[in-house]
Amino acid sequence: MPYLPVGYPDLATSIDLIQALAATGADLIEVGVPFSDPLADGPTIQAAAQQALANGVTSSACLAAVRTLRGRGVQTPLLLMGYVNPILAYGVERYVADAADAGADGFIVPDLPPDEAAEMAAACAEYGLALIFLVAPTSPDKRLRLAAEHSKSFLYLVSVAGVTGERRELPPHLADFIARVRAHTDLPLAVGFGISTPEQAAAVAALCDGVVVGSALVRLAGETRPAAKVSALSSLLSAAVHDTTMINH
Amino acid sequence: MSIPFITDLPDAHGRFGPYGGQFVPETLMPALAELTEAYHIAQNDPDFWNEFHRLMRDFVGRPTPITHARRLSEHLGGAQIYLKREDLAHSGAHKINNALGQALLVQRMGKQRIVAETGAGQHGVATATAAALLGIQCVVYMGTVDMARQRPNVFRMQLLGAEVRGVDSGSKTLKDAINEAIRDWVTHVADTHYLLGSALGPHPYPAMVRDFQRVIGVEARQQMLERVGRLPDTIVACVGGGSNAIGIFHPFLADEDVRLLGVEAGGRGIASGEHAARFADPKIARIGVLHGTKSYVMQDADGQIALTHSISAGLDYASVGPEHAYLRDIGRTAYTYCTDEQALAGFKALCAYEGILPALESAHAVGHVLELAPTLPKEHILLLNLSGRGDKDLDTVMGAI
Repeated sequence: MPYLPVGYPDLATSIDLIQALAATGADLIEVGVPFSDPLADGPTIQAAAQQALANGVTSSACLAAVRTLRGRGVQTPLLLMGYVNPILAYGVERYVADAADAGADGFIVPDLPPDEAAEMAAACAEYGLALIFLVAPTSPDKRLRLAAEHSKSFLYLVSVAGVTGERRELPPHLADFIARVRAHTDLPLAVGFGISTPEQAAAVAALCDGVVVGSALVRLAGETRPAAKVSALSSLLSAAVHDTTMINH
Repeated sequence: MSIPFITDLPDAHGRFGPYGGQFVPETLMPALAELTEAYHIAQNDPDFWNEFHRLMRDFVGRPTPITHARRLSEHLGGAQIYLKREDLAHSGAHKINNALGQALLVQRMGKQRIVAETGAGQHGVATATAAALLGIQCVVYMGTVDMARQRPNVFRMQLLGAEVRGVDSGSKTLKDAINEAIRDWVTHVADTHYLLGSALGPHPYPAMVRDFQRVIGVEARQQMLERVGRLPDTIVACVGGGSNAIGIFHPFLADEDVRLLGVEAGGRGIASGEHAARFADPKIARIGVLHGTKSYVMQDADGQIALTHSISAGLDYASVGPEHAYLRDIGRTAYTYCTDEQALAGFKALCAYEGILPALESAHAVGHVLELAPTLPKEHILLLNLSGRGDKDLDTVMGAI
């Protein structure tokens, strides 16, 4: 489950890169919508968002990117990942309706916990889109149940207390955390934050149903010949995750 | 002294009508629940308030006096102007009230480390002061642009034992310092408290910060009754995030005859778009979410947070406390703005007529009073919250005059 933001390094390239993610076997793609103050993100994604905004990318441009990808025959589920203020500025219901129309499958909004999500959840229900909630290692059981009850399609586990970004080691208590969440829900579980290499992805995939990789891909998107590099890492990640899945099942 | 709570807001979800709430990453939701619970227990514990008020008296020097600004009142030829002298609070501004209140709470919660943001440096200095007094590790995030324009405060924080971390992302000012403080908090949430400096952010901060700042209004109300035998007709305070304003307004909310007036930063004028007057410019400022709370937010059409401008770093922020937005909606408070130029006029007038150097933030309230007072009768009593002292701003003022 790779993440790339629309508009980085530029709009056209970012759409090509997301298409490449689909072609290299991604099960689902998180399409990043840039925001000026991304407080759940580390330096890599912050910098990419700033560049995307400098390139003039708006919420409308992100929805249009989804439409373009569908027009090019991309079938992979696409989730829009962005912060709540641009959604409020666009208008919650109109945003959800236009996203559905463009061909998106749902949303991840890191600063919209279930407690504040009633309006967005109602709009998603109306238009048949998924609103994915996050849980963290700090979440007590009560909040795991709350998120599981409200999340549609899967639950997003934040692997570590912290922001997005590549880390050398996986968090030590990840298996315990995943098991604790598993005890509360039958939803598929995806794990993200701090996972960047195929080896890490394989290790995490053995414990859950989906692995999110963002910053490592975003970093490559900013280098020279990004298409080749992003495709190569995405292929390795897909292989690593799917091999493990096959071994497990 | 007990602090009476005269309104029931926010509600259990931390909302002031449609404003407020908790728009934060899930990792922080348990920390906010823990903080809400710890504050709730402290709030109802007389021992907590006894300790708070002991420190307010013995360390901060409270109650701060009320000064009748005789010469300025005569010069303007209208209302009688009284000053609530938060500039005389230890460390130079009202910020110390909240910093010490939260630091006491941190001790109760057993956390070892605090992080804070600062724009002008006043909240950073207050937090570093509280941390030094109580022996707590302290990290202050500050935009590198602000560090350059507030060098003395950076040094002051370092002398007080705080680590000042420069923030180079975004606009390199207060908003980015808050982003970075929140990122630090997310990463070290188990042992770290975020000591937010204004009546902003996710619940319970707007209510908690207000409650620590209410000491200003509680004192002022009693002092005015003792000094002039009645309540003021108008209270004026500057509004950035709005903590000094809500602190002096709140104990007067039930006194319906007292007019409560907030003054935002008009920067280079509303028409220029370069300001921080969230209530004055519907083209730029609309209801939105910034740093965990719903309120008026200066933003572009796409919901990206706008860059603000004020000569005063402490008012240079894109959003305003949610309780102010609510009180404005119900008509209990009103807001106006004061440009950089008017604030400088206020700064100079208070120096020349009263022998007081106001902080540039507070000088916005003075700047508005220069225009307001002459329109009012001589028996009108106008109370101005002089939220901080202006030594920190001498470089800026010298550059501007």
